[in-house]
Amino acid sequence: MEISKLSDEYTKATAICELDSEDMTQLGIKDGDNVKVSSVAGSVIVKARNATQGPHKGMAFIPMGPWANSITGTGSDSTGMPPFKGIDVKIEEAKAEKVLSARELIKEVYRGI
Amino acid sequence: MQESLSKRCTVASDVVCPFCGTLCDDIEVDVKDNKITDVRHACRIGTAKFFSVLEEGRPTKPLIRKNGVMVETTVDTAVKKAAEILKKSIRPLLYGWSSTSCEAHAHGIAIAEEVGGVIDGTTSVCHGPSVLAIQDVGCPSCTLAEVKNRADLVIYWGCNPMHAHPRHLSRYTIYPRGYFRERGHQDRELIVIDVRKTDTAKIANKFIKVDYGRDYELLGAIRAAVNGNEINAEVVGGVTKEEIQKLAEKLKNCQFGVIFFGMGLTMTSAKHRNIDNAICLTKDLNRHTKFSIMPMRGHYNVTGFGEVLTWQTGYPYAVDFSTGYPRYNPGETSANDVLQRGEADAALIVASDPVAHFPRKSVEYLAKMPLIYIGPHHTPTSLLADVFIPSTFVGIETGGTAYRMDTVPLYAKKVVDGPKGVLSDEEILERIYKEIVRGK
Repeated sequence: MEISKLSDEYTKATAICELDSEDMTQLGIKDGDNVKVSSVAGSVIVKARNATQGPHKGMAFIPMGPWANSITGTGSDSTGMPPFKGIDVKIEEAKAEKVLSARELIKEVYRGI
Repeated sequence: MQESLSKRCTVASDVVCPFCGTLCDDIEVDVKDNKITDVRHACRIGTAKFFSVLEEGRPTKPLIRKNGVMVETTVDTAVKKAAEILKKSIRPLLYGWSSTSCEAHAHGIAIAEEVGGVIDGTTSVCHGPSVLAIQDVGCPSCTLAEVKNRADLVIYWGCNPMHAHPRHLSRYTIYPRGYFRERGHQDRELIVIDVRKTDTAKIANKFIKVDYGRDYELLGAIRAAVNGNEINAEVVGGVTKEEIQKLAEKLKNCQFGVIFFGMGLTMTSAKHRNIDNAICLTKDLNRHTKFSIMPMRGHYNVTGFGEVLTWQTGYPYAVDFSTGYPRYNPGETSANDVLQRGEADAALIVASDPVAHFPRKSVEYLAKMPLIYIGPHHTPTSLLADVFIPSTFVGIETGGTAYRMDTVPLYAKKVVDGPKGVLSDEEILERIYKEIVRGK
């Protein structure tokens, strides 16, 4: 996508987590529900989406962006490349919580430092 | 540019698209009163990029942070402030560069040398591991024109060009008629290897699903089969021995094969070792037939930054000038490592968006230091900037050289004038450099 990262369209396209339909049933999550995705690095609220390029049971996909990078880890195994893929995560429903926009996410998480 | 009487506008033809590393150079852009009115031949994303110059609320005035608030200023004041930050800094990080011209790269590298900084491109979070592997074992590659004219077997491994490089298949790999492939896609076979059935996999002749993080093992097993060795397992990486043997025979018996690979190989746990093995497979296959391999470079001039940095310093990314001469040690001198160790004390970000694309820990450090941002849009990075100098779009409002993913340089031409008073990345960086060396 070549749209402003501060636009609603970017949030709609990127603040999502594509899940396998079987996994969604098991977790009691429906397409469009807000979910909390947590790793050792942190957690983030995104919208669950039925995977269109599945099935991929046991795997979840979040597009590259500030939401995915809220849970990516540290280090680079001496290569310069951070661990962007293959991160162990816990996914739980978070219907009451809000998906932040890129602007809110950046300001709340980083500007307050 | 030609006048189109029927449309009463100017038509720019053979325009280079400044979106992805495919660098399509057949775009037509209609311009009326210095405004883009239509874009033809480009993909959806490329078209959106051309129209993004018209984005509402696009920044045209430099901004500087005063008492925590960004206020408008002049280009001269912003350039002076940027130079002051870089001069004061002990270990500045100069990062980005993939969406600007090679001419801008040259000025950025000159600044890095002058201030003793660390300069790194988006390569380090993209195909950096591919560079490491190429330095280890070489790279039997070719140009995209050779693929178009000769390839009868195309493999996409760990990449999804239907989304990331939408015209790659139609311009170069599968659909075009080539000199030796007169019937286009009927003369070619497409194999996709990925952890999920991507939209590229859906149109492939064959899709092979590899278990996540097991690409290295699968590559090794294919090499064993190609070299006539026994595979001592029934299943490798989720793929059966029989399927691997069948695939190896197919690869050996094509006339001209090519492997394109993406982040599915560079970002998974084995990183450069995956690429090392894929390149060695390509070498092994050249004992039987003609085979090539090529990384699917993302941003339109990420390849160009590697080229310019290499011819100026000897190294393609993660170059540290702190000792007065270029030093290269990815893992130590790469952007994320420098940030996560808390070493950098100022940053100059050009034509990229690390606040959106770096892990949280890196961004936390970036948020603590004076940050200069040069780019055409408001982005998550511009939100954290202390100095923001808006620039024109290379390939739309400014001409400049860019390198295609097969390292073929193309001149991305200007089709419209940029907003009044907005300079190009090249001009802004040159002015910052001059300000830094003034009085020396």
